[in-house]
Amino acid sequence: MRFSRRAAVAVVGVAALLTATACGSSGDSGGGTGSKKVEVFTWWADGGEKAGLDGLVAQFAKDCPGQTFENGAVAGGAGANAKQVLASRLQQNQPPDTFQAHAGAELLDYINAGQVQDLSADYDTWGLKTAFPQGLIDNLTVDGKIYSVPANIHRANVVWTNKKVLSDAGITDDPKDLAGFIADLDKLKAKGIKSPLAIGKDWTQLMLFESVLITDLGADQFTGLWKGTTDWTSAPVTKAITDFKQLLTYTNTDRDALDWTDAEKLVMDGKAGYQLMGDWEAADLDAKNFTGYGYFTFPGNGATYQWLADSFVLPKGANNADGTKCWLKTVGSADGQKAFNTKKGSIPARTDASPADYPKYQQAAMADWKTEKQVPSCAHGSACSQGWQGAANSALGAFSTNQDVAGLQKALAAAAQQFAKK
Amino acid sequence: MTTSSVASPPSAIEPIAPRPKTRRPFGPGSIVKYLLAIFFVVVVLMPLYVLIVTSFKAGSDIGVTSQWNLPSHWTVSSWSKAWTALQPSFIRTFELAVPVALISSIVGAANGFVLSRWRFPGADVVFTLILFGMFIPYQAVMIPLREIVTTIGIQPGIPTLIFVHCIYGIPICTLIFRNYYATTVPEELVEASRVDGAGLLRTFGWIILPISIPGFVVTIIWQFTSAWNDYLFAIFLANTRNGPITIALNALAGAQSPDYAASMAGALITSLPTLVVYVLLGRWFIGGLMAGSVKS
Amino acid sequence: MRRLRQWGPGLALLSPSLILLAVFVYGLIAWTLKVSVSDEHTALGSKGFVGLDNYTKLFTDDINDRFVHSLKNLLIFTAVFLVGTMFFGLLWAFLLERGVRAEGFFRTVYLFPMAVSFIASGVVWRWLMNPNKGEGAGGLNAVFGAVHLDFLQSTWWTNPNWGMASMAIPAMWQLSGYVMALFLAGFRGIPQELREAAAMDGASTYRLYRNVIFPQLTPVALSALIIIGHMSMKMFDLIMSVSGPQWLTEVPAVYVWQALLTSDYAKAAAISIILLLLVAVVIVPYLIYTNRAEKSS
Repeated sequence: MRFSRRAAVAVVGVAALLTATACGSSGDSGGGTGSKKVEVFTWWADGGEKAGLDGLVAQFAKDCPGQTFENGAVAGGAGANAKQVLASRLQQNQPPDTFQAHAGAELLDYINAGQVQDLSADYDTWGLKTAFPQGLIDNLTVDGKIYSVPANIHRANVVWTNKKVLSDAGITDDPKDLAGFIADLDKLKAKGIKSPLAIGKDWTQLMLFESVLITDLGADQFTGLWKGTTDWTSAPVTKAITDFKQLLTYTNTDRDALDWTDAEKLVMDGKAGYQLMGDWEAADLDAKNFTGYGYFTFPGNGATYQWLADSFVLPKGANNADGTKCWLKTVGSADGQKAFNTKKGSIPARTDASPADYPKYQQAAMADWKTEKQVPSCAHGSACSQGWQGAANSALGAFSTNQDVAGLQKALAAAAQQFAKK
Repeated sequence: MTTSSVASPPSAIEPIAPRPKTRRPFGPGSIVKYLLAIFFVVVVLMPLYVLIVTSFKAGSDIGVTSQWNLPSHWTVSSWSKAWTALQPSFIRTFELAVPVALISSIVGAANGFVLSRWRFPGADVVFTLILFGMFIPYQAVMIPLREIVTTIGIQPGIPTLIFVHCIYGIPICTLIFRNYYATTVPEELVEASRVDGAGLLRTFGWIILPISIPGFVVTIIWQFTSAWNDYLFAIFLANTRNGPITIALNALAGAQSPDYAASMAGALITSLPTLVVYVLLGRWFIGGLMAGSVKS
Repeated sequence: MRRLRQWGPGLALLSPSLILLAVFVYGLIAWTLKVSVSDEHTALGSKGFVGLDNYTKLFTDDINDRFVHSLKNLLIFTAVFLVGTMFFGLLWAFLLERGVRAEGFFRTVYLFPMAVSFIASGVVWRWLMNPNKGEGAGGLNAVFGAVHLDFLQSTWWTNPNWGMASMAIPAMWQLSGYVMALFLAGFRGIPQELREAAAMDGASTYRLYRNVIFPQLTPVALSALIIIGHMSMKMFDLIMSVSGPQWLTEVPAVYVWQALLTSDYAKAAAISIILLLLVAVVIVPYLIYTNRAEKSS
């Protein structure tokens, strides 16, 4: 008897509460105009990436007094969760004050949808056009405008080695070309290492495949694949796929169940001798106190620097444009890049940074960045939009199971047709 | 995980009745029976074993190849790490699951009562239309759902999830109560109340609700578990900072170099409340499940 | 008028639910349907109506026949999941029905996986289903090795052809207990008179089960099939948790997620509607059947 009245009151009460909260606030992003908060949306939630972000934030506090940093990081899925959330927020016109995106083609989706603002004028103000190398500026420019500020440069076409494993097999020099690399892999196999080339799932396989493409096509033709000027159905691509197929025979059979850190562990444990991975691997190996590693550019790539960059943007409709611009300025500044990159394991995009501040690998990378030919990376967004990456990853995933050379070529050609900038 | 038991007038929801006992000699058949039953217990408990054992490990003990070994040193460091990572969302998930369970149950009871004992023309068709809502793949409505809830202006995170879980919990709770009332509440009871001059709300509140406890037990357990364990709605409509524990757990377990021991401890922490509910109230729940699904 | 007064309040009490469901189920389905026949493949928005293009392209024009591949994965998964849960559920119910001491304990153990979220159980099943064999084996492969049943070792879900059958194992672990509960109810719901009559007719235990009890279980079995079947279509958390989204284990539900990641809203909507149709094909006849059955009872 009392039950029903209580129940009714409870229901009404809860309903009222819900309505109150509903009417009380309409979203927790950004705050009103004139706010001094800068919500920075990234997927740097742990590890070396978070350390880098923290360094940048400390510099931001110095450079932009009166602005407070708000951490909008979304963890999980190596950025996939964050990208979903971002897509939905942008669609609903509730952008964060700034967000992390890979510079290059991946940014195109946002540019084409009118979701980010032109920063060309600011580039002049901040002197970034001279601080960044021309190749990078060219890659960042879309229809004469620049939309993002890169915080770092990572290199993708690096092979990491376990020096002890290699020396035990009598391998003393870095291989000069693909044939030499395969010969070395055979030496490791002869020594009882069943899977000398460690690799993980789809996007890591895409990275390896891209490196083979650079070797077999050369830097210019490779870049042409992503710009629509090189034909995916041509014979050099077929050769590259066949070479890649051969390399896969040296990899671990459980690759589709592994992420890049699992493959890294195989190298650290001596179960494999080589792994192709971006140079965030250096920071990770250092963090895990593994010192016995070596590195070389993927054999046959020559003086090619396959780059990717984490960059920040000014979203359209951002609430605190001044705060965001101050953040962007910090990101592009010498001090900001130093604070960020020394901790994250990447190198600054600026060419005027001082190598002495950085660990050994980064110093070599910085020297290369100034002189080598720059090509973009599909797996990490500088060459490919999100949609293209998805299609390419899916195609590589299928290839991992069926090794169908013609099938992969056809799939990649179809993807290029669907996604290449029209 | 929103599932259902479908359709038919049940016997009253009670704790599961014991089997009628017949004396059987303990023969070879019995041995096979017990062996099988125990074998399956071991199989079902295997994942739990790995979870528990790994959560107490540290350092090099932890690994896929050594997952069956007991820890060389038992340590709770992973538990505290997992708890730190999960604690904010742990509380939040209670804030999500409890209101959802209560609200859906009340609404389901009201709906179930109307559809079974205070009927109107076309009640069955309406019920079928309501029921269909339980089966739809939620991916089919995710995209516009996201837009609508922002347009309505519900605060993101837990309030949005409460709203959404209550709505999509209506069909199953309605089903459970409709079946329950159809068998435990005789028509005459309602008729008598009507004759006495009581309207719908009075009848429902004073006569029906007090005898609805078994139904409430089932719906509360079901909706609590459903809201607590949900992942799909959570990732679409919330994030790690304002969302429930499944998101936090997935972030913990899916990090670049996952801390496996902490992930396993986290999985156990995440499962604890629902496990407690099932162990304590399991008899009632099974009784209710059974009641809602059998043609008697 | 009197009759309206009679059932008016009922309808009124029901109406909030009806309105909410009309909007959030049927309305949203209609909305998704609209997006699925539009051109909205990027964040730029729709350029217009394209008819059933998105649907046909999924079957004919998808790179690597990705959608058809995801349907095949779903089929294997559903088949194994259905058969597995029905088999174990029935077996466990049968065992308990035959009478064991501490029945409550066994029931609780078989049922407890239902309380666990797929995200949580995925954490451990990833390890249990580690694909390494032989020396470096872990998880179930290690167990098989230890009891000298090496031939049972498997690459589990990384197997290109039958991997989805392995993916069904955690799902079976989680839900066989539920099917068991349904069958237990079925057994207990069989009137004692029927058993007694069969006993009086001199039926052996075997005949008792075959001719009396199992036929009585048909409605329960049907219920269980429908429920497990529709859950299988919606399976998402488990796959995301064990393998992450990738080609090997992609099912339509995961493909939707991937399509949304690239802002291909029209494609995601089309796949969602197809999923809905798959579920409807099974559910709608069943709902009509139970509706009619109830009317006649």
